[in-house]
Amino acid sequence: MTQLETAAPFLVIRNLTKKFGQFTALQDVSFDIDESEFVCFLGPSGCGKTTLLRAIAGLDIQTSGTVLQAGRDISALPPAERDFGIVFQSYALFPNLTIYKNVAYGLENTRRPAAEIKARVAELLDLVGLPEQGTKYPAQLSGGQQQRVALARALATSPGLLLLDEPLSALDAKVRVRLRHEIKSLQERLGVTTIMVTHDQEEALAVADRIVVMNHGVIEQLGTPQEIYREPASLFVADFIGETNQFEGSAPAPGRFTFAGVDLTCPASTIGAGEKGVIVVRPEDIVLSQISDAPAGPNHFPARVKELEFLGNNWRVHLDCPALKGAELTANISINRARAFSFATNMEISIQLVPERLRAFAAGTG
Amino acid sequence: MRAFMLIVALYLLATLAFPLGAMFFKSLTTYRVDLTLFEFQVDAGGGWGPVATGEALNAKIKAFDADDLAATSDTRLAATKLFPDFSFLAPTKYRIRSTAPEAVFLFGSERVADPDWHEYSGNDFRRVVMRPVLDQGFGNYVRYFSTPSLFYSIHNSLYIATVSTIITVTIAFGLAYALTRSCMPLKGMFRLIVMIPILVPSLLPGIALVYLFGNQGVIKGALMGESIYGPIGIVIGSVFFTLPHAFIIIQTALYIADARLYEAAASLRASRWKTFYTVTLPGARFGLISAAFVVFTLVITDFGLPKVIGGKFNVLAVDVYKQVIGQQNFEMGAVVSVILLVPALVAFTVDRLMQRRQVALLTARSVAFEAKPHRNFDMVCLGYCLLVTVFVVGLLAMCQYAALVKFWPYDLTLSFKNFNFDRMDGGGWDSYWNSIHLALLTATLGTGVIFCGAYLVEKMQGFDTGRGVFQFFAMMPMAVPGLVLGLAYIFFFNNPANPLNGIYGTMTILVICTVTHFYTVGHLTALTALKQMDREFEAVSASLKQPVWRLFGRVTVPVCMPAILDISVYMFVNAMTTVSAVIFLYSPDTALAAVAVLNMDDAGDIAPAAAMGMMIFYTNAFARLVHLGLSRGVLSRTQAWRKR
Ligand SMILES: Nc1ncnc2c1ncn2[C@@H]1O[C@H](COP(=O)(O)OP(=O)(O)O)[C@@H](O)[C@H]1O
Ligand SMILES: [Mg+2]
Repeated sequence: MTQLETAAPFLVIRNLTKKFGQFTALQDVSFDIDESEFVCFLGPSGCGKTTLLRAIAGLDIQTSGTVLQAGRDISALPPAERDFGIVFQSYALFPNLTIYKNVAYGLENTRRPAAEIKARVAELLDLVGLPEQGTKYPAQLSGGQQQRVALARALATSPGLLLLDEPLSALDAKVRVRLRHEIKSLQERLGVTTIMVTHDQEEALAVADRIVVMNHGVIEQLGTPQEIYREPASLFVADFIGETNQFEGSAPAPGRFTFAGVDLTCPASTIGAGEKGVIVVRPEDIVLSQISDAPAGPNHFPARVKELEFLGNNWRVHLDCPALKGAELTANISINRARAFSFATNMEISIQLVPERLRAFAAGTG
Repeated sequence: MRAFMLIVALYLLATLAFPLGAMFFKSLTTYRVDLTLFEFQVDAGGGWGPVATGEALNAKIKAFDADDLAATSDTRLAATKLFPDFSFLAPTKYRIRSTAPEAVFLFGSERVADPDWHEYSGNDFRRVVMRPVLDQGFGNYVRYFSTPSLFYSIHNSLYIATVSTIITVTIAFGLAYALTRSCMPLKGMFRLIVMIPILVPSLLPGIALVYLFGNQGVIKGALMGESIYGPIGIVIGSVFFTLPHAFIIIQTALYIADARLYEAAASLRASRWKTFYTVTLPGARFGLISAAFVVFTLVITDFGLPKVIGGKFNVLAVDVYKQVIGQQNFEMGAVVSVILLVPALVAFTVDRLMQRRQVALLTARSVAFEAKPHRNFDMVCLGYCLLVTVFVVGLLAMCQYAALVKFWPYDLTLSFKNFNFDRMDGGGWDSYWNSIHLALLTATLGTGVIFCGAYLVEKMQGFDTGRGVFQFFAMMPMAVPGLVLGLAYIFFFNNPANPLNGIYGTMTILVICTVTHFYTVGHLTALTALKQMDREFEAVSASLKQPVWRLFGRVTVPVCMPAILDISVYMFVNAMTTVSAVIFLYSPDTALAAVAVLNMDDAGDIAPAAAMGMMIFYTNAFARLVHLGLSRGVLSRTQAWRKR
């Protein structure tokens, strides 16, 4: 193998379109995934994530477009001739088979000696942290444990591609957080290329190497979690991931933004002079300080603390800002910093919208 | 997968759609002697006279009226009737010819269809008869509606069905109400007892009624001079055999009552009666309507009971039988069948709609109602249930007693003499073993076909139109009365042109007919079970590179085993008791027990008929026990996973 070939992406999706009758669920989707990458499909419910995943698996073959896996065109192959393991939201564990038999299901029929199958199942159960549970039935396990069995079953045949469709959404919050770390570390250990579908942005940001943000059947942005969060490519992405304050206005000149008579410095703005647009700032990108020691720089405004919301690790601050024509803003401030200047409701303070962190989107781009 | 589905779809097509089509076609087939197609000439000594059509001759002398000409397939009209002064002694010569290839006359038994003149002496001309021609049209229907004796059966059937429906639904509602809303004891026992009628042929209560109220009846006086042979007997028997069906539906409707509504009513200080009218009845209304239509259809399409106890009171279902078996008038039988199909189709449609609404009620997250003890009310309920028990068990016990008595009503010593079926007409013990054979085949093969069909409808990917059509066909048997199906089978399978003609008169056709007749309930049971399985099993199995049949065998079938057993016991019991679907299809080699009950009763061997009926009951009760044992025993192993 030449150097070039090994560097080729593991999974190549080109111009994938899926129609259900008149309705277009996926529109001309193209992207690549590298070997051993952990990619999340993220988007609101109904945006086509499952449809895309099922097309990759061959469970619902696309209307048009191609799928290449490890250099092989698998566009038209049935699932059984592809190389993947899959875990569904419902886990789809066979209820009448023991945990052992569930995991062994894909290994039987493969002419492997019984002893080898047994060893492999034990190894897998060990891997997902469920040794000694083999004789139980799925209904006797907790949701989280069932999830791991489903994972072990999907991994049993050592597939080249692991597909997870909302694998954690049936679990309660705490188990969900723990399991997503386990999935991530398992994936890193095995190095298996993994696609996980989720509508939970926190989950995607936490585990993914790269995220595919989808909306209405198209890809809005593809990038690392940091890129997606820091440099959202569209207003949709900015809005969908993390929290935002938004202002509608126009740009008098490049790098500047006006709304309701207020002038903002916005170096990253791509809005052309005279065009309309929306400016977005995240709560943590609003710096709060006492009026007395406000740092120098542009985008400073006086504001009043209207309400404080305790989030445990942070305070969520709701601000009244008459200078921004009474706009309501939300900002985040760490507990320590809030304590440092004895923060309280109705306090008059100074806020700064950090210029480098403002993102501007021309009207009609999302 | 698709090929397999196509096979099951073809099965339903060949065993349901085509036969029904054939029957409909048959009902439109008429026979008519067309006098315009025959021409005659007479030579009374002075050479051949003018040529005259039969029509012209008949117009003058009215030898045949419209009724004579509207014929059946074996009508023969004598040509001499067209010549009022005919005498075979006269030296007159006659000529006849057919002017169209379909117009055929017979000379003796010789068939003449050529267009040439044929000349006969007066003596020979006596042997010339004209045959009817085949035609398509609504003639049979017109004739049906203008024959008062036939037409009146519609009135009778509707009358019987309406009265039976009102009584059955009322009794069943009371029973279901008592069993769901009271805290009386012995509920489990009553639930079992009310199911008994399902285990016997519908004509068995008729036999019991004969012994109770017949000419030599035990309590004949209770009828105050009225005869049990007729509407009274049919109604009482109908109530007996439809009770379980109505009870199941209404009980389900009452079960899903929302306790919150009752609490609301109580907090508004509504009286018991007010609560009943404002909460209970409206909540159960879909169930009541559905039950009413089911009962109505069962009664109007049932044939065994009115045959046994109807006396001279004609109903539609018996008319079909009489037309076909008695008069060999298949066309008219088809007409009555088509008419019988109408109420059944209406009832089926309404029932489907109601079930859908009922399910909608169910999915609203309601809190299950739990009855609270209430001494007086509970006692009233208990008394009521005991009354119903007396009715159900009483009729059955009467049959059992009659079956064991030596010679009713003169020698009441007990013996097993009446079980000596081989000495009666009706097929003897062979018919019993044939029934067992049929029931076992139906319960195994039928269940297999039904379950696979349901699996394909529910789990196959794509091919949506095909699945829709299949689903439609699978629902159709419920709307087709057994008698109609059986008759349709004659028309379809007894046609020499049909390649499947060979199965006519064999056990195979009985199995096929029975499976198709009871297809729908089994199909729905299988669908319900399959719907409860995770939709992604197929996807997971495919991703693990396992063939579909492996998943089917290792997971689908074991998980659905309770439903599969339910379907097979349902098929078994129905195959044992059905009369209507198979009455036209059995042959001397394949006589069946339930049919033997009918035939022995017909021949006056009522006690052996009762004995055979009880044999069916015990067999079905045994099948139920086996089913229970299997469900509890074998399943407790394969279904261990159900326990937490
Ligand atoms: N089998 C189907 N038939 C018709 N429409 C479908 C089908 N499957 C999905 N859709 C539609 O396609 C869109 C995308 O669905 P899906 O991929 O399941 O969304 P999600 O992103 O929530 O996983 C939805 O609007 C859904 O209604
Ligand atoms: Mg989804």
